[in-house]
Amino acid sequence: MTAVVAEHDDHHDHHDHGPEKGVLRWIFTTNHKDIGTLYLVFGLIMFFVGGAMALVIRSELFEPGLQFVDPNFFNSMTTMHALVMVFGAVMPAFVGLANWMIPMMIGAPDMALPRMNNMSFWMLVAGVLLLASTLFMEGGAPSGGWTFYPPLVFQNGKSFPFAIFSVHLLGISSIMGAINVIATIFNMRAPGMTLMKMPLFVWTWLITAFLLIAIMPVFAGAVTMLLTDKFFDTSFFDAAGGGDPVLYQHIFWFFGHPEVYVMILPTFGVASTIIPVFARKPLFGYASMVYATGAIAFLSFIVWAHHMFTVGMPVAGELYFMYATMLIAIPTGVKVFNWTATMWKGSMTFETPMLFSIAFVVLFTMGGFTGLMMSVAPVDFQYHDTYFIVAHFHYTLVPASIFILMAAGYFWLPKWTGNMYNEKIGRLHFWLSAVSVNILFFPQHFLGLAGMPRRIPDYAIQFADWNMVSSIGAFIYGFSQLLFVYIVIDTIRGGTGEKVSDEVWEDASKHSLEWTVPSPAPYHTFSTPPARIPTEHF
Amino acid sequence: MKKTKQLLACLVLMALGLGTAHADYTLNLMKGVTQLSNELYDLHMLILWICVFIGIAVFGTMFYSIYHHRKSKGHKAEQFHENTTVEIIWTIIPTLILVGMAIPATKAVIDLDKVQDSEMSIKVTGKQWYWEYEYLDSGVHFESHLDEASEKTHRVSTMDPHNVPNYLLNVDKPLVVPVGKKIRFLFTAADVIHSWWVPDLGWKKDANPGFVNEAWTYVDKPGTYRGQCTELCGRDHGFMPVVVIAMEQDQYDAWVKATLDKQNQKPDLSDQTRNTLMAKGESVYLKNCVACHQIDGNGISGWFPALRGSEKVTGNMDQLIGFIQAGTSKMPAFKKLPDDELAELITYIRNAPALGNNVGDEIQPNKITPKWDDDE
Repeated sequence: MTAVVAEHDDHHDHHDHGPEKGVLRWIFTTNHKDIGTLYLVFGLIMFFVGGAMALVIRSELFEPGLQFVDPNFFNSMTTMHALVMVFGAVMPAFVGLANWMIPMMIGAPDMALPRMNNMSFWMLVAGVLLLASTLFMEGGAPSGGWTFYPPLVFQNGKSFPFAIFSVHLLGISSIMGAINVIATIFNMRAPGMTLMKMPLFVWTWLITAFLLIAIMPVFAGAVTMLLTDKFFDTSFFDAAGGGDPVLYQHIFWFFGHPEVYVMILPTFGVASTIIPVFARKPLFGYASMVYATGAIAFLSFIVWAHHMFTVGMPVAGELYFMYATMLIAIPTGVKVFNWTATMWKGSMTFETPMLFSIAFVVLFTMGGFTGLMMSVAPVDFQYHDTYFIVAHFHYTLVPASIFILMAAGYFWLPKWTGNMYNEKIGRLHFWLSAVSVNILFFPQHFLGLAGMPRRIPDYAIQFADWNMVSSIGAFIYGFSQLLFVYIVIDTIRGGTGEKVSDEVWEDASKHSLEWTVPSPAPYHTFSTPPARIPTEHF
Repeated sequence: MKKTKQLLACLVLMALGLGTAHADYTLNLMKGVTQLSNELYDLHMLILWICVFIGIAVFGTMFYSIYHHRKSKGHKAEQFHENTTVEIIWTIIPTLILVGMAIPATKAVIDLDKVQDSEMSIKVTGKQWYWEYEYLDSGVHFESHLDEASEKTHRVSTMDPHNVPNYLLNVDKPLVVPVGKKIRFLFTAADVIHSWWVPDLGWKKDANPGFVNEAWTYVDKPGTYRGQCTELCGRDHGFMPVVVIAMEQDQYDAWVKATLDKQNQKPDLSDQTRNTLMAKGESVYLKNCVACHQIDGNGISGWFPALRGSEKVTGNMDQLIGFIQAGTSKMPAFKKLPDDELAELITYIRNAPALGNNVGDEIQPNKITPKWDDDE
């Protein structure tokens, strides 16, 4: 026993516990930075896979008539685009950021449960690969929409049970990731890092993790009920056996509504981290930001049926879900006002991360406005299931979550790699994205109001003009994202050649701990707790 | 700089040109033709303007700040980071605005639900992929499919949708309603969930299998109003439009009488020439079979079997009749097809070059012997 210990100590003297060499480093790694990188790279790849599917959709919709794909494949594309983007791109990318940044922001040496961290990543890969394999099955990939509504989902052919098993794997992976985040934040904060001193990114992730733990089992339960309905003769959702197809929608959206907040709350966190740095001012209303995030998370559990206003609910139900949904505007408004107040009387500069963050505040607010419009139940009887909805949730996801992920990339790449990215190309990427994303999604408001339903492969002639504009925007937006890939690779390889300081951005170390460690961040950080906690907010 | 301006002007002109060339698109929600749809339109505009004003205030402040409070202008950052008064104000004002919105919205929710005291009822059944209408008072009963021109055009890539009037928004038999009458709709579905939407009436309602939903309308203005299914219902979800024709009461009464007369007519079982059988058979095929078995008869691998070269289609005629009338676990029973349509269909699918079959026979309507005992 003693010998073993001695040997271990000896080992320690010669090595800095750096990464292993070769591919095994990535397969077996338990290092939060390596796993963070894996998640981020995986998310970026899936962003392009999901994006390619979106371009298939926009190609088909470029002109009226069916030109390229069969309607069934079109439906598979809308279904898979959503599943890949939600579960393959946005969520993993934010988990990647959490892995990289949470330990560094709270002064911890690693995540609390490193082995489970590794497992949750590889389970995600397994889940997504299983989902992707359905594309090659008889009858094609799932085509009943990412919401899996019965009874339509039962017509899905061979892919049905595989899609459900894939959802189970993704759910387990998410839950493990969430447990890890909570355990890390509650147990591993450096001395002096009280909860109310944590950067907002950490706060929003903490709340997101609780959302995930609460909702993923519900989703797993819902799809398992689908499975037993199809193969084991239960009839949860079949009226002929005493069930109700609308029951599924209630269960699904009890998961589904918090799920969209899983994608937006960390977005808020990153924006609240970036804007103060470039405004050279502390975040305005830190405490109210925390409370607003909590309020939004709470409300997300009690508004689900606003996704189903036309399903045939009693008046009392309509009214309740309308009022509850309207309430979300209040804490969300507080956040937007706080970001504006943070910029107010600052000393702003407009590097790429700041540009993406400002665009996020503006365009996310537009998505918030349409959200407010459709919270009004009676008018939603017109908006529901049209392109107006498509425009709404893409505004809250693309120029919000995706823009902020890009901003996070530009913001932290210098810290991760020790190299500066090319600011000129970064700005080009921003302006191309910001303009084209509006060409892509703004006309969809007009289409929806004019009467174009969602999820149709072909449309009436009066919808032709704006669909063409939207498709052109989609191609510009899609291809301009390749600039980001170029920048990431270029920065890893040395970027502008300029060596960046520990702080990277002016006075950034006043805001958060990651800017106090060297750039690039060493393989192990905060093996000893930080001496000083940034307390700028107080 | 000059070049940029020229480019900008050029783009604006192009956008305008696009606008004038196709003047039939709209940007905003339609007002519709009922009191209810107008109420909803006003509510929509109210909230839209509230959003516009909040947007101007917030974005205005932000852009003022972005313009003036920048480092390049030498602005020094102030270090304030909270202000309880301001934070309370910007929590309370939105709350008051929301209350202001909720009052008319509540009234509209209640109005939408007022199905009582209706003067007539129409049962709407969503099916993959057409609508079935049943007038509960007069007994009129028919199916409403996508019109033949749209059906063919969207299935044949060489045909241009621009040549089809009301492409994808036209049906063979529209729903006819009288103006100035409160009409109650009952919605249900036979297979999966559908949703019935006519924007001019102001609402959509889901049609759930096994359950009945209600909605109502009172159309003020005669006219033709078009809409679509809005709940994803499978492969041909985009191809099951709704057309409502509202007409004056006397015209409507005449329509009911004519439709009932036709409905009660016995099918004409007299012999037809082979060409007539084939031509009519194509229409029957387009309406009932094409959604699954496709326009070229190839079906869809993994979903729907091919008719092209199929033993079941080209083999024994009697068995084929029984097969179509009784259906299978996967295919619905087509006992609804009258003998004349069935004869036309069978002649068509056994001999149509479009389906690649050429048995070289035909069957006349009076030769069809029912393989399905109708107990009803």
